[in-house]
Amino acid sequence: MGIKICNGAFDPWAELRLHEQELQEYAGKVGATNIFIGTMRDFNAGDDVQGMTLEYYPGMTEKHLGLIMQGAHAQWQLLDTLIVHRVGDILPKDPIVLVAVWSSHRGDAFDACRYIMENLKAKAPFWKKELLRNQQTRWVSSNSNGYA
Amino acid sequence: MSIKIRYFASLKDAVGRSEDILEYSPGLNAQQLWQVSNPNTQLPDNILVAINMDYVPLSTLVEDGDEVAFFPPVTGG
Repeated sequence: MGIKICNGAFDPWAELRLHEQELQEYAGKVGATNIFIGTMRDFNAGDDVQGMTLEYYPGMTEKHLGLIMQGAHAQWQLLDTLIVHRVGDILPKDPIVLVAVWSSHRGDAFDACRYIMENLKAKAPFWKKELLRNQQTRWVSSNSNGYA
Repeated sequence: MSIKIRYFASLKDAVGRSEDILEYSPGLNAQQLWQVSNPNTQLPDNILVAINMDYVPLSTLVEDGDEVAFFPPVTGG
């Protein structure tokens, strides 16, 4: 399991390549890799968004990301999992989050990746503050239900 | 000892500070701790509470040395 909080831009594809180098013990056993990459939009709730600041709770955030990953490992047959999440100042098109799951079979990888992402959105202590094109700022009040 | 209270995101803006250090007072739960530290600010309905980085109900008793965090619904990802 890997958890990384980045206070600066990150390249999800480079993070995947780097993490896969550490998966040599699973060589030949990986049959499925499922990844989710969330990127920043330049619009939200009908407004143009120019930038965003992501705040988090150091310590608690990593702890709960770990608990979410442990929950996935308990529920599905997984070989490894990785979460990379951005904090600080972010611009549209920047990656915000990477979730990756490695397993022997696709069903476990698909389902666990969705589980991790939805639980991250619901439970991991991060907060977004948007900078609108008109230079006003506003906190995002809640995340939508990804299953709705 | 003492209690450390932390505020995040919009709640930090609302109270105008990121943390308080309070002398421990036996028998207070998290909601009562909020009222002691923010007598002029009502706790918003949808606020979340963590003690020592675990989510807890507002009715949870606060112990000496605890870190109590108040914050709005999370919006990561």
